[in-house]
Amino acid sequence: MRRALANIFWLATKEVRSFLHDFALLGLMIYSFSLAIYAQSQSTSQELRNAAIAIVDEDRSALSRGIAQAFLPPYFKAPVHVTASEVDRLLDTARYTFVLDIPPHFARDVLARRTPAVQVNVDATAAMQAGVGAGYIQQIVTDEAARYAARVDAAPSDPVGLAVHIAYNPNVLTSWFNSIMGIVNNVTMLAIILAGAAVIREREHGTMDHLLMMPLTPFQIAMAKIAGNGAVITVATWLSLTIVVRLLLRIPISGSVPLFIVGVMLYLFFSTSIGIFLGTVARSMPQLGLLYILVAVPMMLLSGGNTPLESMPLPLQYIMQASPSTHFVSFAQAILFRGAGIGVVWPQFAAVVAVAVVFLALALLRFRRVTAASIG
Amino acid sequence: MISDVAASVAGLSHRYGRRAALRDVSFALAAGGFAALIGPDGVGKSTLLGLLAGAKRIQHGQVDVLGGSMAAARHRRAVCPRIAYMPQGLGRNLYPDLSVRENMTFFARLFGQGARERAPRIDELLRGTGLAPFADRAAKNLSGGMRQKLGLCCALVHDPDLLLLDEPTTGVDPLSRRQFWDLIARMRAQRPTMSVLVATAYMQEAERFARVIAINDGALLAAGTPEEIKARAGCATLEESFIALLPEGLRAGHRDLTIPPRRAADGEAAIAARHLVRRFNAFTAVDDVSFSIERGEIFGFLGSNGSGKTTTMKMLTGLLPPTSGKAAIFGQLIDGGDPALRARVGYMSQSFSLYTELTVRQNLALHARLYALDRAAARARIATLIAEFGLGAHLDTAAAALPLGIRQRLSLAVAIVHRPELLILDEPTSGVDPLARDAFWQLLVDLSRRDDVTIFVSTHFMNEAARCDRIALMHAGRVLATGAPAALVAERGVATLEDAFVSYLQEADPAPPPPTPRVQPTRARPTPAPGRDGISLRRLLAYAIREALELSRDPVRLGFALLGTAFLMLVFGFGINTDVDHVAFAVLDRDRSPESRAYLEAYRGSIYFAERAPIAGEAAEERRLASGELQLALEIPPGFGRDLRHGRPTEVGAWIDGAMPFRAETTRGYVAGAHAQFLAGRARESGLAVTAAPATVAIRFRYNQDFDSVNAMVPSTLAMLLALVPAILMALAVVREKELGAITNLYVTPVRRIEFILGKQLPYIAVAMLNFAILTAMAVFVFDVTLKGSLTALAVSALIYVTATTGYGLLISSFASTQIAALFGTAILTVLPATQFSGMLTPVSALTGFPALMGRLFPMTYFLPISLGTFTKSLGFAELALTIAELALFVPALTSLSLLLLRKQER
Repeated sequence: MRRALANIFWLATKEVRSFLHDFALLGLMIYSFSLAIYAQSQSTSQELRNAAIAIVDEDRSALSRGIAQAFLPPYFKAPVHVTASEVDRLLDTARYTFVLDIPPHFARDVLARRTPAVQVNVDATAAMQAGVGAGYIQQIVTDEAARYAARVDAAPSDPVGLAVHIAYNPNVLTSWFNSIMGIVNNVTMLAIILAGAAVIREREHGTMDHLLMMPLTPFQIAMAKIAGNGAVITVATWLSLTIVVRLLLRIPISGSVPLFIVGVMLYLFFSTSIGIFLGTVARSMPQLGLLYILVAVPMMLLSGGNTPLESMPLPLQYIMQASPSTHFVSFAQAILFRGAGIGVVWPQFAAVVAVAVVFLALALLRFRRVTAASIG
Repeated sequence: MISDVAASVAGLSHRYGRRAALRDVSFALAAGGFAALIGPDGVGKSTLLGLLAGAKRIQHGQVDVLGGSMAAARHRRAVCPRIAYMPQGLGRNLYPDLSVRENMTFFARLFGQGARERAPRIDELLRGTGLAPFADRAAKNLSGGMRQKLGLCCALVHDPDLLLLDEPTTGVDPLSRRQFWDLIARMRAQRPTMSVLVATAYMQEAERFARVIAINDGALLAAGTPEEIKARAGCATLEESFIALLPEGLRAGHRDLTIPPRRAADGEAAIAARHLVRRFNAFTAVDDVSFSIERGEIFGFLGSNGSGKTTTMKMLTGLLPPTSGKAAIFGQLIDGGDPALRARVGYMSQSFSLYTELTVRQNLALHARLYALDRAAARARIATLIAEFGLGAHLDTAAAALPLGIRQRLSLAVAIVHRPELLILDEPTSGVDPLARDAFWQLLVDLSRRDDVTIFVSTHFMNEAARCDRIALMHAGRVLATGAPAALVAERGVATLEDAFVSYLQEADPAPPPPTPRVQPTRARPTPAPGRDGISLRRLLAYAIREALELSRDPVRLGFALLGTAFLMLVFGFGINTDVDHVAFAVLDRDRSPESRAYLEAYRGSIYFAERAPIAGEAAEERRLASGELQLALEIPPGFGRDLRHGRPTEVGAWIDGAMPFRAETTRGYVAGAHAQFLAGRARESGLAVTAAPATVAIRFRYNQDFDSVNAMVPSTLAMLLALVPAILMALAVVREKELGAITNLYVTPVRRIEFILGKQLPYIAVAMLNFAILTAMAVFVFDVTLKGSLTALAVSALIYVTATTGYGLLISSFASTQIAALFGTAILTVLPATQFSGMLTPVSALTGFPALMGRLFPMTYFLPISLGTFTKSLGFAELALTIAELALFVPALTSLSLLLLRKQER
C-alpha cells in the first residue's frame, strides 16, 4: 500500500513535469484561465447593453421627445428617428433590434385618459436581448406617460407595492456570471484534454510499454495521471479565482473558496477519468481533439452553466442529472455566488463522487485493457 | 541544355537555428552519374538532398541543378518536372490510405499526364517492380521493401533526369534491398542519361556505387570511388574507412570492439519460447516462433522492419499476450502482472524509453524510485552509472536536448538501474553513428561478460548481428534460422552474413525475380515552356481526388464531419434555449388570508412559474435560495389582506436569484407582469377604473410570434456549426501533410500553391454542403422550424459561406506546424467569435470596439442574418444581395492570405 502510494506520487510528479514542458498545452491552459476569463467577463451578452433602437415619432410632442430622451446608455444607444416606411427593411437587415412607433396625438390621448398604445417592434431573433429589452421599453414608456399625465392630475398610487430584490448579484452583471462559469467550464475542458493528452503522449512516445515493464500496475499509472493533472488544474483554478477574478476583475466572491476547491478536486476525479477514457479510445491527438468536441462541449453546454437547465426538454434534463458537470455547476454557483456552506451543497458533492467512482472504474478497466493489448 | 554536370554545389552552408547542418560543402555529380552520400544520421545528408531537390530554401552557397541555379524560382519551376525526389522514411511522401495504383495515379496527374498517357506507364512500372499483384493494396499495408518500390515507381512515373533518393533502404530486409538496387541498375541501363544520387547510412551498400561522398558533421570528409577512399584510409571496408578518416579528436577513445569468449552457462535457459503465435485480426505478426537463450548470452534478432521482432519481444516481456504458444523467463511462465519477475528484467523499447522532457538526473532518479531502490542504494547506483556511462557532463540537460548517442546510453542506464539479470533491447542503435554504436556495444559486452547479464537485442545492422553469440533470422513473422553467426555463414557456404540471410530468404520465399521492366524512355510529352505554365485543372483535381479518397477512408474524420455535426445540432438546438419558464418559486406567506391567496393565484396560474413547497421561515428561505432550489421567493407581509381591504399601503417582497443574469432580468419582468395582473383584476372587481395605466405598450415580437427561442436558435446553430466543423476539418488537412511529410510533394512537384489550396479545399466544401443539407433538413423536420424565405438564396449563400469557413481553417493550417496546434488554434479562434461576436447571443449592432471589429472580420457575422433571414423573415436574394456580396469578399481575401503564408519551399 505504501509502495503503491509512493509510486503514484513519483509518477505524478513526472506528469506535472511533462505537462510543464508541453508548451502547447501550457499555453492553452494559461490562456484559458487568464485572457479567456477576462474576455468573457467583458461580455454583456446577458444584459441589455447598447441596444440599437429606432423611433417612428408620429406625435412630435413633448411626451414623445421625453420618451426618446429616456433611452439612456449603457442600456440603449441614442435612438435614431426613422420613417414608418423604413421599418420593415431596417428590421429585416438587423440594423435595429427595437423600433418604437409612437402614434399621432399620443400625448393628447394620454391626457384624455384614452389609454393610447405605443407599438414596439422587436426582432425576436435577437436571443436574450429581445426579451429583456422589451421589458425595459415597456417600463420606460409607461413611466414617462405616467409622469406626463401626473403633471395634469396626481395619479393615485397602487394599493400594493412590489419590492423586487435581486439577490447575490444586485446589478445583474453578466461579468460576474461569465467569469465564474468560464472557470467552471475550463476545469471540465482542461481536465479532459490534459488527462487525454497525457495518455496519448505516453502511447505516441512509446513510454507506456516502458512503464508497464516496471513493477507498476496500470491502476497506479492511471491514478498518477489523475493526481498529477488534477493537481495542475486545481492550482490553476485557485490562482485564476484569486488573481484574475478577485484581484483584477474585482468581482466579489461571497462563499468559501477552500470549500469550492474541495469540490473542484472531487469533480476532477470524474473529468480526468473521462479524459483517460477518451485517451484510450483515440489513436492520435487530432482524434482526441475531435472526440473532445463531441463529448465535452455538450457536457459543458448542457450543464446549466450557460442556459437555464429547467428550459431544456425533460428527457435531456434527466440525462444531464447523471452528468457530474451539472452538479458541479450547481454547487459552484451555490458556493461562489450565494455563499452556501457544506450543509447546503453536500448532496451535490455526494452525487459527483458517486458518478466519479463509476467513471473512474470504467476508465481504469479500459486503460488496463488497452495497455495490455498495446500494439507497437 | 547538354551539360556533363547534372548537379553541383559550391560553398553550401545551412543552419537550423543555432545548429549548423552543412558547412561549406562543394561537390559535383556528373550527368549519368551514380553516387552515394554516406554518413551517419543527422550529419546533413537529407538537408543536402532537400536543397538539390528544391524542397528547401538555400541559405548560403551555390546549388546548380540541370543547368541553372536552384535559387531562381523560374529555374526551379522549369526543372522540377525533370527531378524526382524520394524523401527519407519508408514512403514518407506516399499516402498510406491510398492504394498502390491510386498513389501512382496521383503523382502522374501532378506531372500533367492524362489518363491515356499514364495508364500504360503505371502498368509498366508495376510489372517491372513486381508490384502488379498488389496494385489495389493500401500503401500502409505494404511491407517496407514494397513501400520503397512504390516510392520509386512514383518517383519514376515522369521520367526524371535526376533521381534523388534519401535513405531508400533503411530498415528493409537484405533481399528486398538487393532487389531494389538491381532495379535501379536496370533503370540506369535503360536510361543512361539519368543521374542518381542516393543517401545511405548502410556504409557497406555504398560499395556498389561509382562514386562515394562521405559527410560527417555537416562537412565533406572524403569523395571519390569506393576504392580510392578505402585506399586513402588503408582499411578493408567503407565503414572502417569512415571511422579512420574522422578527425583525430572524434576518434579519441575509440578502439576496436573485442568480445571476450563467454563462460559456459549452466542452469535453465534465461528465455524459452515455444511455438509463439500472435495474430492481429487477420494478420499474423508472429508465426510459430521457438528459441531459447542461455544465461549470459548475447542473443540477436535480425530482421527487417515489420518482420515481427518487436511483437515477439513484447510477448516475452509480458506486454502482449500471445495468441497461442508459451514463453518462460528463468523457467517461470510469463505473466504480465508479476512484479517480482519484472524486477529481474530490463527493457529498452525502440523509441528510447525516456521522458525526453526530464533531465538526465531526473530520469535516473525517477526510475530508481519506481524500482523501489532505497535512498542510499539509489544514490550509489546512480553515481556508478553516471561514471560508467560517461553521463557526468550532461546531468542537468533535458533528455530531448542530448545527442542521439548519449541519449541511447542514458536509455540503457535507465534500463539497468535495478540491476536486471535479463536485458531486452529493441533496435537500440538505429540512427546512431558508427562510433557511438561501437561505444554502446562495449557497454553491452561489459554487461554480458562481466556481470553475466543475458542480453536479447534486435537489429537490422548485419555487422551488429555478427557480434552476437547467437542470432535468429526473422522474416515475415517466422524464424528462418538460429545459430552462431559464423555457423550460419558456414552452413550456407557463402562469404558474409548478409549473403547467408539472403540465401535463407530465397529458400523461404522462392518468388521468381521480377521481369525486366520495359519502361519506354521516349519523351512523348512536350517539355512545357519554362515559366509559362498556368494553373492546371488536372493538378488541382489530382489533389481534390486524393483528399476525397483519404477522407472517405478515415472513419473518425468522416464520422465527425457527418454524424458529429448532426449530433451537435441536436444538442445545441435543444440545449441552447434562452426561454425562461418554469421558474421555481416558493412563498413565505405571513398572512394566509383570502387576499394573499388571490395574489398568489396570479403566479400559480402562469406557465412561467412552477411552485415548490411553502417556505417555513427566513432561515429556510435563505438556505433554499442559496442551494439553487428556488429562483424566486415571495414574501407576503403580515396583515396583507387587512391592509388591502382598508386601502392602506402594503408591499410584497420578491427575492430573485441573480446568479444567472438574463434569467434574473426575465424573471423580474414576469414578476412585474403577475403583479400588474393581480392589480388589474382587483381593479376590475372593485369597479374602479382609476388605476388604469395612462398608456399601454403593444409589443410585437417579429419573425417569431411566440417568442420561442428555438426559431432563433436553430438557424443560428446552423450558421455556427457550418463555421466550426468545416474550419476544424480543413485546419487538420494541410498541417497533417506537414506532420506526415507528404507536404514535400508540394515543394518538389510542378503543383502550384493555388492548385494545392483549392484542390484540398474542394472535398471539404462538398462535405460541408452535405452537412448543410443535413442540418437544414433537421431544422425543418426535427425542430419544426419553417423555412419561410428562399431556399435557393440560403443554399447559394451557404456555398459561399462554407468556402469562406474552410478558407479560414486553411489559413490557420497554413501557419500552424502541428495538428494539435491547428486544432486548438482553430477552436480558440472560431469558438469565441462564433458564439460571442457574430450576433448569436448579442446582436452585432450592440457591439462596440474590439469585439465589434472581431465580429466584422468573421464570416459568420454575415451568414447569420442570411440564415435567420431566410428561415424566419421570408427574405430572398433581393433583400440579401448586399450581405451575400460582403460574405463573398471573404473567399478571395482568405485564399490570398493562405497563399501568402504557405511556402513553396521548406526553410
